[in-house]
Amino acid sequence: MAPRCSVSPLHAARAAVGCLLCAVLALPALLFDSPLVLGAVCVSAFAIATAAGESRPLLRALLFALPFALVIALLNPLVTRNGLTVIARLGEAPVLGRVDVTLEALVYGCVLGLRALALILCCALYAAVVDPDEVLRLFRRVSFRSALTATLATRMVPVLQRDGRRMADAQRCRPGPPPSRVALVRAVAAGALDRAVDVAAALEVRGYGTARRPPRVRVPWSRHDAAFAAVALALLTLTLAAWLADVAAFDAYPLVHGDWDTGTWTLAGALVLLPLVPFLDRRGVGR
Amino acid sequence: MTQVLAVDRLTYAYPDAPAPALDDVTLHVEEGELVVLAGRSGSGKSTLLRLASGLVPHVHGGTVSGTAIVAGMDVRDHGPGELAAVTGSLFQDPETQVVMGTVRNELAFPLENRGESPAAIARGVEEAALALGIAHLLERPTHALSGGEVQRVALAAALVGRPQLVLLDEPTSQLDPVAGDELIGLLRRLNEEWGTTILLAEHRLERCLTAADRVIAMADGRIACDADPQSFLTWAHDAAPALETPGARLLANVGLSPAPVGVKQARSTLRAHGALPPNALLPPNADRAGGAGETILAAPPAKSSSPATGPARHGNRAPALKLRGVWVEPKGHPPILRGVDLSIAPGQRVALMGRNGAGKSTLLRHVAGLASPTRGKIERSGRVALLLQNPNDYLVHERVAEEAPTEALAAVGLSDFADRHPRDLSGGERQRLALAIVLGGEDVEPPAVLCLDEPTRGMDRAHKADLAVLLGRLSATGTALLVATHDPEFAALVADRVVLLADGAPIADGAAADVLAGGWYFATETARILRGAGGALDPDAGAALVRARLASHPTPAEVQRQ
Repeated sequence: MAPRCSVSPLHAARAAVGCLLCAVLALPALLFDSPLVLGAVCVSAFAIATAAGESRPLLRALLFALPFALVIALLNPLVTRNGLTVIARLGEAPVLGRVDVTLEALVYGCVLGLRALALILCCALYAAVVDPDEVLRLFRRVSFRSALTATLATRMVPVLQRDGRRMADAQRCRPGPPPSRVALVRAVAAGALDRAVDVAAALEVRGYGTARRPPRVRVPWSRHDAAFAAVALALLTLTLAAWLADVAAFDAYPLVHGDWDTGTWTLAGALVLLPLVPFLDRRGVGR
Repeated sequence: MTQVLAVDRLTYAYPDAPAPALDDVTLHVEEGELVVLAGRSGSGKSTLLRLASGLVPHVHGGTVSGTAIVAGMDVRDHGPGELAAVTGSLFQDPETQVVMGTVRNELAFPLENRGESPAAIARGVEEAALALGIAHLLERPTHALSGGEVQRVALAAALVGRPQLVLLDEPTSQLDPVAGDELIGLLRRLNEEWGTTILLAEHRLERCLTAADRVIAMADGRIACDADPQSFLTWAHDAAPALETPGARLLANVGLSPAPVGVKQARSTLRAHGALPPNALLPPNADRAGGAGETILAAPPAKSSSPATGPARHGNRAPALKLRGVWVEPKGHPPILRGVDLSIAPGQRVALMGRNGAGKSTLLRHVAGLASPTRGKIERSGRVALLLQNPNDYLVHERVAEEAPTEALAAVGLSDFADRHPRDLSGGERQRLALAIVLGGEDVEPPAVLCLDEPTRGMDRAHKADLAVLLGRLSATGTALLVATHDPEFAALVADRVVLLADGAPIADGAAADVLAGGWYFATETARILRGAGGALDPDAGAALVRARLASHPTPAEVQRQ
């Protein structure tokens, strides 16, 4: 999950614009409970990644995120007491006490799971299309250490993926039964810690510890910068306006109630379609 | 002259270590010197380099006494970040030292950290890339580089700021002989033209002694020898034979002196003693095994070059492994393997050599069944065991005994380590443990073929010899060996046949004596000194040839006396 240079208009856009687009896409997932809007964010992330030629990293992220989202969806009805429509009475549980599963809690669990999924996909999109080195340059003038930590965390993903693949190959070379999953997880964790120490040492000897404020470099805006920035601002305006106007309202408690009107569909449609418009202009971009 | 590094009575111990890694070390390195650090694994070379870069003690912790001054800065008061202004460091395993997304950004990073202007950064990146021959890689993502490319990129990042002191820990460990020699040449140039002081830790001393001004040998954390290369070799012959270069051992074995620092000096000494006639300058592929009169071939061919120990010995047996027209063509990329045909008999020991990116590792992965070829067929007579480059990838348990069966641990000599944690073992021990894992116990079928991918990376000469003995024992039981290596000395030690790959296809395949004695790069130092005469690959075989020559041809001095 490392960005490739200039393989799509989004890759060609500056990191600030890429960051802005991903952040604006994640915003509705934080502001709205409507499953339609949350679903639209997921679809939009996938559509953008596909248009940028990065659908595989998002598929991998989805495989990782789905069980996580499912756990959230199933856990919520067990731990919440809200909701009026009881669909199952599970009796007394040792820690939870009396467990009555309500339809509303189950629906809200699904909303929470969908929100987690949407946020993970937005993060995966960021990791796939935004160059972490540029992000480092972007933010180092503000907070060098925080910027470096964030960009390195992004960079560690492909490094650890590669380590994981190597380790999987090594385990395939073992004759006899494979080691337990617990042993493998422990080994991967130990390897990741070793990696982190090595990277920290490498940073130190490259002068990271005494990094000076770099000079400002002005880069002229490209057509891709302008197009994606315009789309991001349009989406931001639309999202905030819809939120303030209480469009796409959704309540799970005490009874499930949501808006499925034109405004909600318009917002969802805009979230999916608007970010795809700049991909129509592929001038100056080549694989 | 200015001292770039001054270490006085320095003792350092890692946290919780039973013994100090550096013990009462005193050394001074002058500006413009190229110093080679020699010593066996665990002797303290890497720790000394980490001390000079400030990682010791600031990152690793531990206790330190004495002083270490780098370009006027005391390492106890100045951390690695400050020392980075005057030092450039490259440590073992360069893959862990690349921190940015593209090669250009990786080279720019140290300069950006210094607050250089964009123009200075652009120029520095360009020059470092040109010097290291990686200009074509500048826009490549760092995660898509091969091992050799990563090593060059990491080295360029260490050099890009034109540091006063360059600290290099086995910078050639992942490079093929060609790239390794080029790198040493480049370091010499930097040293001569820029006046850069270089401190270089290296196991393959024959590769770098000619470039060195001085050699510091370490043992058990102490400085055992600090001398010019020639004096070091004289010292090593008596005090530390494991550090002696093949060329020095060759001449010492026949009682000639001085100890040669490189091939040229060794040939000169041999010629002066009449052991290498001037017309011995054979073209690489001239007849070597037949004992042509113009070379020093009076003695019978060395054992390793004898056809009886080469492919012919195995010729009549059903192959343990057979590749027929194997192609590997990744989608959207050029082919990695191009119609490889290869047959290996049971018990045969084959070294697979070639430049970085020639397709060696890919071939091994396909032989082991980790991937399937696009075209062609691979036939195996039984199980194929594969030891990948990094032994750590195999280690997943808390105790050595849990990793491999008792009999496999005994086979690799690790029975006494059964209760240790695998990650507490040394590099060589981990390699042996990984070997025990892939070999398996009595309950699994013994491997028909054992493949090893760069098994000697970062290993000292003594450990290589131990590994060669172990592999020899395995092959004696009928297991065929296929060893991908960049190290001609190890190939000569372990293999009876060498296959040279180039651009995904074998370009030479024959007895080790034929292939390794006939080249410029893929040749042992002994073979290069003797220009492949008699197929002698190691100092003992070479010495036998030289003795025979000396016995049959009086030296010029003897002729004069007569």
